[in-house]
Amino acid sequence: MFDDGTPIYRQIADQIKAEILNGSLEPGGKVMSTNQYAAFYQINPATAQKAFRELVDEGVLYKQRGVGMFVADDARDRLAADFRERFFERVLAPLVREARQAGIPLTDIIDYLRDQEGALK
Amino acid sequence: MSFSVNLRNVTLKYGAEDALADVDLDLEAGKIYGLLGRNGAGKTSLLSLIAAFRRPTAGDVLVGGEPVWENAPVVSRVALIREGGDFDDTESVKATIETGQIRPSFDMAYALKLADQFEVPLKKRVSALSRGKRSVLAAICGLAARAELTMFDEVHLGMDAPTRDAFYKELLAEYMDRPHTVVLSTHLIDEVANYLEEVVIVDRGRILRHADIEAFQGMGATLTGPADAVDALGLAALAEQRLGGTKSITVADALDAGTRQRAAAAGIEVGPVGLQDLFIHLTDPNRTGA
Repeated sequence: MFDDGTPIYRQIADQIKAEILNGSLEPGGKVMSTNQYAAFYQINPATAQKAFRELVDEGVLYKQRGVGMFVADDARDRLAADFRERFFERVLAPLVREARQAGIPLTDIIDYLRDQEGALK
Repeated sequence: MSFSVNLRNVTLKYGAEDALADVDLDLEAGKIYGLLGRNGAGKTSLLSLIAAFRRPTAGDVLVGGEPVWENAPVVSRVALIREGGDFDDTESVKATIETGQIRPSFDMAYALKLADQFEVPLKKRVSALSRGKRSVLAAICGLAARAELTMFDEVHLGMDAPTRDAFYKELLAEYMDRPHTVVLSTHLIDEVANYLEEVVIVDRGRILRHADIEAFQGMGATLTGPADAVDALGLAALAEQRLGGTKSITVADALDAGTRQRAAAAGIEVGPVGLQDLFIHLTDPNRTGA
């Protein structure tokens, strides 16, 4: 990991968010300490701390002085809403752009998506 | 207590030549710094001044807020480890490690544990060690010094990749166990980048850049695409390459959202620049300005 040019602290923050979304980190659950993260990923502890600070600022984690970091109760709902909001811009906008470049009509994509929906049912 | 470092208008001359010219530098206590520079850029001169191995021709060098020159209480808690370790070759490894005890905070038990872990034979003479083991011995002396400011000057040279990896791991563990100031001077930038909090680039006797690691990581970009589309963006390129109708440029600055969008719309691929590549371009002798 850590090689796509995104700052490492953001990659760690994104990973913690993903773990909250997929349920491996429960609301109210305790998160590993800065030093545990640093030792596990072999990174500077200040980098891990930056990730935590960002997540606290976003209300995803909260700090209990002297005890550690915990997942906020509404973190999953909040992240899921955020994810839905950014889905179109992050996933669909590049898709439309690439389809244009390749000369694929959007109606083909719509048909494909309809088939997928049928397959899921 | 870990040491801060402050250099004020520091010049170091070797004869008539400036090794360092009018350098200002502030390192906060308790962080891990990467010191980058080409051969002869002034890295070792800079570290030698901070460790009071040398006296500046002009200017002030403060460590822990105090002038470091001939300041025994401060110097005894500063460790500068150079490649090869500055050892007496005729001594045994054990005796060499024991010499470290002149430092008040030297941890003999830790040194012996590391010697065992890195398989450095205690009974051998230093002269009989391979280059790799000699570098390891130097690193051990640096770690076990448990100094308030520890500087490793290219100490990884001679170590093979697994040993370097184990050394960085140990360095990080020791740092987390006991926060202190660390300076790593190296050429293997991408290898240590994740361990660093700030990076200082020295070039031709001056400080070229000093910033958070994230600032460096977000700094550059490579753009590859149809040559006229790349040219149309009108960016200042650090380096460029052409292959037929395709052009690839490296830029030093972070791209703003507008440029990213225009690049994407024109079919230009935008990629990150490794710290190593950015460093190579920034310190290119044929480059003018910074």
